Amino acid sequence: MNSHWRLLLDFGIIAILLFGVALFRAPRTARAGNLAAALALAGALIAVLLVNPLRDPAVVILALLAGGAAGVVVAMRTKMIQMPAMIAFQHGMGGIAAFLTSLVELNRAGATLPVTGQVAGLLGITVGAATFSGSLIASGKLAGVLRQTPVLLPRHAVIQTTLLVAILALGALVLQAAAPALLYGSLALILVAVALGVVFALRIGGADMPVLISFLNATAGLAAAFCGIIIQNRLLIACGATVAASGSILTYAMCRAMNRSLRLVLMPAPQPPAASPAAPAPPAVAEALPPPAAEKPAEPSAEEAGQPPLERALAALRAAQSIIIIPGYGMALAQAQFELAHLTEKLRAMGRQLRFAIHPIAGRMPGHMHVLLAEAEIDADLLFDLPDINADFEKTDLALVVGACDVVNPAAVEVEGTPISGMPILEARAAKQVVVCNLDANPGYSGVANSLYTNAKTILVLGDAKAALEQLREGLGASSTPS
Amino acid sequence: MGQFLFMAAVFAGAFVVSYLLISKVPTRLHTPLMSMTNAISAVTILGGILLFSAETNPLEKVLGALAIATAAFNAIGGFTITDRMLKMFRRHHE
Repeated sequence: MNSHWRLLLDFGIIAILLFGVALFRAPRTARAGNLAAALALAGALIAVLLVNPLRDPAVVILALLAGGAAGVVVAMRTKMIQMPAMIAFQHGMGGIAAFLTSLVELNRAGATLPVTGQVAGLLGITVGAATFSGSLIASGKLAGVLRQTPVLLPRHAVIQTTLLVAILALGALVLQAAAPALLYGSLALILVAVALGVVFALRIGGADMPVLISFLNATAGLAAAFCGIIIQNRLLIACGATVAASGSILTYAMCRAMNRSLRLVLMPAPQPPAASPAAPAPPAVAEALPPPAAEKPAEPSAEEAGQPPLERALAALRAAQSIIIIPGYGMALAQAQFELAHLTEKLRAMGRQLRFAIHPIAGRMPGHMHVLLAEAEIDADLLFDLPDINADFEKTDLALVVGACDVVNPAAVEVEGTPISGMPILEARAAKQVVVCNLDANPGYSGVANSLYTNAKTILVLGDAKAALEQLREGLGASSTPS
Repeated sequence: MGQFLFMAAVFAGAFVVSYLLISKVPTRLHTPLMSMTNAISAVTILGGILLFSAETNPLEKVLGALAIATAAFNAIGGFTITDRMLKMFRRHHE
C-alpha cells in the first residue's frame, strides 16, 4: 500500500472515531457512538496487522487474547458502584502500555531518532509511568483498599518538586545518550516517574477524587500521543489527542463544580499540613462551627418532640406536594438506589411532583450518580443538574437527602477557609422541610460539620438508608390505601 | 522538522475537533464518555504490535507482549463496560 492510501485510511479511521465521539451528544445515540469508536480501533488494528508482517505472530496473538479475555471478564463483572475504581485501573493499564512501548522504541531507535522523537519518547515514558502508578493509587482509594482521605507525607510539596526536578535532570542526561546509558537512564526515569505518580495521587482524596480521575484520563491520552510521535504514527497521535481533550474538559468541569483551581488540587500548597483534613476527624476549622450533631441529633422544636424521627419523616413526606431528592455517594454505599426507585414510583403514583437534584460531585467520578440511578431504572427525565434546579428549592415542600453530606453543607457558602468553602451546594436548606436519610450525622469527606443537620426544619433519620427508605415507602402505602 | 510539524498539526487538529464535540456531551453521559475515551487511549496497542514487525530480543519480547496485553485489556474491557452502561441509559429513552 503506498503512503497516500495509508494516509487516507488513517484519516478515515480518525473520522469514524470522531463520529463516534459526536454520537455521545445524546443518550439515545451514545451506544452507537461507542460501537463506532470500537470499530475504528479494530479497523486500525487489522490494518496494522495486514501491512506489517509480524516476526512473532504467536506472541502477539497470545498477548491479545490474554489481555482481551481478562478485559471482558472484568468488564462484565464490575458493578456500577465500582465503576470509578475500574476506570482508574484501566487508566493505569493504558499508562503501562504507553510507557513500555515508548521504552522499547526509544532504546531500539536510539540516537538515530531526531531530537523531537527522543523528547517524545522520554515524555511518553515519564507520563505513562506516572499515570500508571497514580492510577493504581487512585483505583485503590476508590475501591476502598487504600484510605480515601488525602495522605500528606512530611514536606510533601518539597518531595513532589524534587521528583519533578529529578525527572527533568534525568531527561536531559538521557537525551542523546548512547546504548547502555540510554537503557539505564530510561529505567531510572521510570522509577522516578512511578514515585511521582504515587506521591501525587496519595495527597488527593475525598471530594477531589473526580478531579484526579479526570486528570489521569487526560494524561493517559497524552502518553499515547507521545508514544505516537516517537513511532511516527498518526493514529496514536490523533487518538491520544481525543482522549487528552476529553480528560481536560472533564477535569475543568469538575474543578468548576467545586470552585477549585486546578493548581491547588494538583500541587500541594506550601502551607503547614495542619490545615489539611488528613485525619478522619474534622479539621480545626470545623470547631468554629456549631458543634457537630453526631452526639445528639437536632431536637425538634415543635410539639412532635416525642415522636421517633421516622414517624416525623413519614408525616412530612405525606404532607409534601413537591419533593426534591438529593442522592449522594452514601446512597450507593448503602445500595439504597433500588429502594429509592420504589419510593419514587410510589410517590409519583400518589401524584406528587418529584425530581432529583444531582450535584456534579455526587458520585466518585464525573457523571457517576447518573449511572447509579440509571442502573436502578430511575427515569432520566427526573434528574436535574445543579444549575437547573437550585432556584426551585425555596418553592419546594420537602428536600429528601439520601446519603449526601458535603454537597448540601451550608458551611460551603457560609464559612470561610474550610476545604469546601466556595463550592456551590444544592440549596436543600431553602426547602420548607428537609429529611436526611444518612448513616450518621458525622461530617462528610471534607471533614466539615454540616449545619443543615442542626437546622430546626431538618428531620434526621439516621441509620441504614435502604431500610429507612423501605419503611417510608411501606408507611406511605399504609396511609394512602384507605384514602 | 516537516514530519514533526505534521504530527503537531495532527495532534492540534484532533484535540480541537474533539474538544468541540465533547463540550456538547451532557453531564449524564460523562462516566460512559470517560470509559470510552479510556478504551480509545489503548490505541497504543498499535505501537506494541509494531514492535514485533522487527527482530526482537527476549527482553523486548516480554515488554512488548506485556504492552499488548495491557492495552488489549484496556480496549476490549473499556468498550464492553461502556456498552453495559449505555444499555441502561437507552432503556429509559425508548
